[in-house]
Order: sequence, then C-alpha cells, then structure tokens
Amino acid sequence: MAHAETHDPNTPLEYRSEIGRLNILGFWIFLGAEIALFATLFATYMVLTHRIADGPALGELFEVKSLLIQTFLLLTSSFTCGLAVHEMRRHNVKGLITWMAVTLGLGLGFLYFEIQEFLHFIHEGANIGTSAAWSGFFVLVGTHGAHVTFGIFWVTMVLIQVAKRGLTPATSAKVFITSLYWHFLDVVWIFIFTAVYLMGMVTHHG
Amino acid sequence: MKWDEFFVTGDPMIYGADVSIVLTMVGILFYLTKYKKWKWLWDEWLTTVDHKKLGIMYIVSAVLMLFRGGVDALLMRTQLAVPEAKFLDSQHYNEIFTTHGTIMIIFMAMPFLIGLINVVVPLQIGARDVAYPYLNAVSFWTFFIGAMLFNISFVIGGSPSAGWTSYMPLASNELSPGPGQNYYLLGLQIAGIGTLLTGINFLVTILKMRAPGMTLFRMPMFTWSSLVTMVIIIFAFPILTVALALMTFDRLFGSHFFTLQGAGMDMLWANLFWLWGHPEVYIVILPAFGMFSEIISTFSRKTLFGYKAMIWSMLLIAGYSFLVWVHHFFTMGSGALVNSVFSITTMAIGIPTGVKIFNWLFTMYRGKIQFTTPMLWSLGFIVNFVIGGVTGVMLAMAAADYQYHNTYFLVSHFHYVLIAGTVFACFAGLIYWYPKMFGYKLNERIGKWVFWIFTIGFNVCFFPQYFLGLDGMPRRVYTYSEESGWGPLNMVSTIGGFMMGIAFLVLVYNMYYSFRFAKRELTGDAWDGRTLEWSTPSAMPPFYNFAKIPEVTGLDHFWRQKQAGKVEKLTANELKPIHMPSNSGVPFIMASFFFVAGFGMVFDWMWMAIVGLIGVFGTLIYRSFEYDDGYYVSVEEIIETEKISK
Ligand code: HEM
Ligand SMILES: [Cu+2]
Repeated sequence: MAHAETHDPNTPLEYRSEIGRLNILGFWIFLGAEIALFATLFATYMVLTHRIADGPALGELFEVKSLLIQTFLLLTSSFTCGLAVHEMRRHNVKGLITWMAVTLGLGLGFLYFEIQEFLHFIHEGANIGTSAAWSGFFVLVGTHGAHVTFGIFWVTMVLIQVAKRGLTPATSAKVFITSLYWHFLDVVWIFIFTAVYLMGMVTHHG
Repeated sequence: MKWDEFFVTGDPMIYGADVSIVLTMVGILFYLTKYKKWKWLWDEWLTTVDHKKLGIMYIVSAVLMLFRGGVDALLMRTQLAVPEAKFLDSQHYNEIFTTHGTIMIIFMAMPFLIGLINVVVPLQIGARDVAYPYLNAVSFWTFFIGAMLFNISFVIGGSPSAGWTSYMPLASNELSPGPGQNYYLLGLQIAGIGTLLTGINFLVTILKMRAPGMTLFRMPMFTWSSLVTMVIIIFAFPILTVALALMTFDRLFGSHFFTLQGAGMDMLWANLFWLWGHPEVYIVILPAFGMFSEIISTFSRKTLFGYKAMIWSMLLIAGYSFLVWVHHFFTMGSGALVNSVFSITTMAIGIPTGVKIFNWLFTMYRGKIQFTTPMLWSLGFIVNFVIGGVTGVMLAMAAADYQYHNTYFLVSHFHYVLIAGTVFACFAGLIYWYPKMFGYKLNERIGKWVFWIFTIGFNVCFFPQYFLGLDGMPRRVYTYSEESGWGPLNMVSTIGGFMMGIAFLVLVYNMYYSFRFAKRELTGDAWDGRTLEWSTPSAMPPFYNFAKIPEVTGLDHFWRQKQAGKVEKLTANELKPIHMPSNSGVPFIMASFFFVAGFGMVFDWMWMAIVGLIGVFGTLIYRSFEYDDGYYVSVEEIIETEKISK
C-alpha cells in the first residue's frame, strides 16, 4: 500500500492521503451495491403492493401530515449535512460539529415520527404479518429507517473522533464518507416518498 | 427444547460423525498445545491481513468443503446405485442433496476461486497488497464462519432439506419445520457479506493498485476475468441478501413474502433466487475462464489469441447473465412470450462463450504445447465443457425443456459445466500456482494419474445421466423401482462417482508426497511464465510482494523482457522502505460474534442473537477508533529478505 500524501492546498483534506482516496472510491462502489439492495426491495414491494389479503389497503392508513413532517426533517438534514462538509472544507471544526449535530437532531426527529407512524399502523391492525403488501411496506421502509439509525450512530462516532483528533486526512475522509451515506439515504427516501406513499394514496383515493 | 432435539440423534452415521468431529477437535487442540503452536497460529494466520495467506486459507477451507460435499455426493450415489435401496431414508437423502448443492457452490467453488484470486491478482498487477487488507480478512472470516455455521447443522438441530434452491412453500415453517432451513438462511447470509466485501475490495484493487504502465488492456486475462466477476458480485449479491432476509422474516417473524397465506407470492422467491443464482453461475465460471487463458497461453508458448475479443465476450456474458434467469422455471407458468424471450437470451450467451473456446483453440494452434498437468486439465476442460454447453443449449429451448426439466438430464448438464469448468479450473490453477504459494511443484507423474482417474470417472459418472434423464428419471428422487429399468446406468454412474473420490484422495496424497519429496524451487519462475507473478525472484514472494514495483510496457511484459534478455536485477540502492498494514485480530473476533448471532437466530433464541449483534457492532466501533497506520519495512530488512549482495 503506497502512502503518498499530496500537500497541494487545493486538494480537499479527505482526498490528500492515498488511503482516504481509496476509501472514498470503495464507498461509492458500496453505494452501488446499496442501490442494488434497495432496487430489489422496491421491486418486491411493487409486486406485492396490492396483495392485501383481508387486511387494510396501504393507502387507506397513510397520513399526509406525518409524511410531510418526515420528508421535511430528512431533506433538511441532508442540507445541514452539506453545510457541515462545507465547514469542514474551511477547516472550521466547530462549524462542522455544530452542523452535524443539527443533522443528527433532524435524523432523530425523522426516526421519531417514523416510529410513531409504524405504531399507529400497528394500532390500526396493520403489522408485518397482516398481508404480503404490509410485509413489503414494513421491510422496505424499515430497512431505510434502520439505515438512518445506523447512520446516527456512525456519525456520532466519527464526530467523537473529530473532536478528539481534530481534522486530519483520516478523520476528514470519514466525515466525507458518512456525508455521502447520509445524502444517499435522502435519495432513497425520495423514492419511498413517491413509490410508496404518493402512489399508495393516489391509487387508494383515485 | 430438549437435548435430543438439539443434537441430531438416531442415525448411526451421525453418531460416527459426532465422534469423529470430537476426536478431530481434541486432536487439533492437543497438537497445538503440545507443540506450543497457539501463538504461531494466532500471529501468523488468524490475525493475518496478507492477501497470500488469506488466499491459502480460502483454498484450504475450500478443499475441506470439497471433501464434505464429495462425501455427500458419494452417499447419494451409493443410495442410487441399485433400485429400492435402503441405505438412506428419504429425509436424510433430501438433507444430503441440499447440503451437497449448497456447499459445493457457495462454500467450495466460490471460495476456491476467490482464494486463487487473492493469491494471484495482486501479484499479477504488480501491487504490494490489496486496496483494503483489513477488509480482506473480514471477508475471509465471515465466509469461514458462515460455512461452519452451515456445516454444524448436520449434527446440531438438523440440516436443511429443501434443496439448494429452497423453493417456497417447501422451505416454509409448515413444510420444513425445525432449524435446518434457518441454517441455510443464516449461513449464506453471513458468508454473503464477505463475498460482497471481496467484490468491492478487488474491484478497487484492480482499478487503482496496478503497477505503472499496466493499462487496462495490458492486464493479464485472469485479472480481467476477476475484474468482471467482481462487478457481477457487486450487483448480484445484494439481491441474495434481500431474498434471504425476506425468507428469514417469513420464517422467524411471520411476514408473508413467499407464503401461501396472507397473499404472499411463492414465485417471487424463485425470481429473486435466480436473479442472483444465474449470475452466480458466471461468478464461478468467469475466473475459471481466466485461469485457462493463462495456462493455455503459458504452455503453448504463445500470446493469448484474440485478447480483446476475450475481454469483450466476457463483458457481454456478464451483462447477459442478469437477463436469463427465467430459464430456470420455464415450466412454472410464465407464458409463451416470456419463455420465448428468455429462451433466446439464454441461447445468445452461447455466442460469446463460443468465441472464447475458439480463441483458446487458436492460441494452441501452431504453439509449442507442453503437456504439463495444468495444461491437461485445461484441455480436458475444453472437451468436457463443450458437452455441457451443447446440452445447455438444448435445455434453453423452452418447449423442449418441458421434457428435460427436473430430470437427470439437467443434473448431468450442470455437472458438466460446473465440474469441467470450475472444478477443473480449481485443480489446474492450484497446481499451476502451487509453486508460488509453497515453493515447490506438485509431483507431475502423480498429478497425471489424478487427472486421468478423475476425468474418466467424471464421464463414467455423468454421461449415463443424460440418458437416464431422457428416459424420465427425475432429479432429487431418493429411490426408484426395479421396473423403471434405470438400475444398470445408475450403477455405472455410481462407479464413476467413486472413481472421482479416489482421484481426490490421490490428489491429497500428492500434496503430502510433494511436501516431503519435491525439489524446492529456487527461482520464482517455476513454469517459465509470462505474467508478473512469476517475476518475484524468490519462489514464495515475501509478504510485501515486490521489493521494487515493476514498470510495465505491454502485454506479457515479463515474458518479453525474458525474451529480450533484459530482466533487471534488483540492486540495493534503488530500494525504499515499504509501507505495510499491521495484523489484526478484530476480523476474527467480529466473525465469531457473527457466529453467535447467527446461531441464536437459527434456534430463534433472540437474546443470543442480540448478544452476537452487539458484539459485531462493538467490534466495528472498536475498529473505527483504532488509528493504526501500519508500519514501514526497512531497507535492511528488504535486502536481507531478497538476499541482495551489497
Ligand atoms: C464428485 C463429484 C460429484 C458427484 C458424484 C455429484 C453428484 C450429485 C448428485 C447425485 C446430485 C443429486 C441429484 C438428485 O438427487 O437430484 C447432485 C446435485 C447437485 N450437485 Fe453434484 N456432484 C458432484 C460434484 C458437484 C460439484 C463440484 C458441484 C458444484 C460446483 C455440484 C453441484 C450440484 C448441485 C447445485 C446440485 C443440485 C442440488 C439440488 O438438487 O438441490 N456437484 N450432485
Ligand atoms: Cu441460469
């Protein structure tokens, strides 16, 4: 493994070490695999969406308000995450940590509303065992939620490292990678928003 | 749960296995303690991040799995040798064909190839290491633990019995009660994580770690085939991950993805399984193609014919591999249009494959062929693989498939492609690179015996099965009647199966014999090779591979240098310290936690699953906080290792 480091001030910190560059590339490829994973879950959901057996239809239980709150929280968190990386590029550790903390807060908020929503569905008689359609729903949306949960832990760990060690090529690469992850979750949510919620509500009411 | 549900009881063969497992364990523990080998085992192997050692561990595990899968095969063949045999009961037979198929594909073929890729690819591209050495160790240990979890099902709790395809609803709680099917789901899931990580690791390694001058179109064919394989892995394995997870949810948490109740859809499983499963077939055949290309070119003393055509055909095959999966269930009601489309795409794969066969033939044409054992396996591959390929095209005709489907015709077909393709390649590659791994060649004379016994046995075993299949003998039956008239051919087939078993034993004997008596190789170039892995001056490359990174000027760089008499000698003054990663015990420990988690899920003991998962995340966090930048190998140490006179 070569250990070349570039000192060109125009190169962002996270790209300066060979290891940082390799890790970032590897993570992009990992995201490719994640796309395949979510694509499979979406396909599964799509073929099962009308197979409701005796249970409620999906769109019947969806609620616009909760959906909009969740969407707002997650999209905003992606924005604040971008601000955090921007601050990192300016070598502003405090700014980075602040904006990342905001991102985490928004992520937690998102999770809170998602869990509330799940509990509401379960209360209304729709759980993972109700029908194929609900199995598909809980696993697809739940996988995204589990990713958000994982992301919250991960970002927290990385922030602790930044606080302890400051911004180095190693820590900044980690921050950058978690930010890619976070934006990816946002993109997946947009698909869930459209393919699951909007389509579910439209087919139910229209 | 009672003890006799936990330990499988009742069958004398299983008691025999219990005893031998315990004895082997005690034997190993005794040996390690008596000869004070614990520290050596930990320092040199369990914590290693060296791609060559990991590769060797992959290969050793794969050979053990070949043994286990082979014993399964021989048990099945014994049962089928005569009509109405009472050697195995039906449930036991079901378990054995399930574990045989799964072990052979997931825990034998793929790890064997990945092992060879691990050893060879970094050397072929002139790299000191892979992109992520630590991750490489994680890959190995998750594979190994997944395999072990799957294997203990045999004595603890009972093996899966729904076939390696695990079709629903056969694999559901109602029809496959007990932990067996859970073992399948968890064992494959854990091993699958490792495979995906290998995919990412080697893709980045090949893209980013090549020696200067080695452009993509100067890479050796084995490296190319590995690259394409890694891309298939990255897109195919997430599908398996999802499919297994969904079935796990169905079995453990009452969801309705593939069940008959709750409006679930059993065909969804078949689609997901084969959407992964067909590409998987190419994951195990493309590296094999790559190896044959290397070997045929080396022992014909010629550059590979049609280098670029080889690459493009491989890329085409990779693309097509995702478009043909429905040919596995032509008879399950997809309709004429769908069947026709998949029939045609399937046949289309024959074209790039044919291109490759002709390129190998043209490479040999007018070459100075040397009939070494690796070359024999390659020639045997061409002949037998063509038989498998032709019968494959027969199967691809949807209408005709209504006749062959789920008969021995199919069983014969896929063994012709899998054994003549993948297994021959594993043997060929193992023998070819053996001197690189261990510093001496396997004995050629014994090796030729292995080749002939195996190849003849293989044909004696599987050729009659085409006729059995055409005569209507179904796949996965545990016995048949006298009147069916299938007795004689089955007996022939069984004899062939045992010949292959004997060949395997001779191969193992060859390893022992050569270890004792073979002449040690001093140079690193045992076969007068063409590619960079042969350019390291010592037979076994030191842990850092290359003291000085080579500069590549074209295809077969090393060969052309030798022809021109311009192989550079290393001198002390051009050496620089080499940066290397440190060993780590974390991957091994993390995988052990995976085992705990998996075992808990198999028995639906959630407390244990949670303990295991906490352990997995704990090790992840531990690693994240570890800032180990590795270390530098000093110039003095390099000089000493390379035996350079100052
Ligand atoms: C010593 C050589 C081998 C022998 C004698 C052998 C024999 C058999 C037999 C008797 C069956 C069961 C057929 C049935 O009852 O339906 C079978 C199935 C199978 N074999 Fe092999 N086999 C050998 C090697 C391999 C290898 C090397 C692979 C893969 C790389 C492989 C993959 C499979 C698969 C996937 C199945 C299907 C299992 C199922 O039906 O679920 N076999 N083999
Ligand atoms: Cu296929």
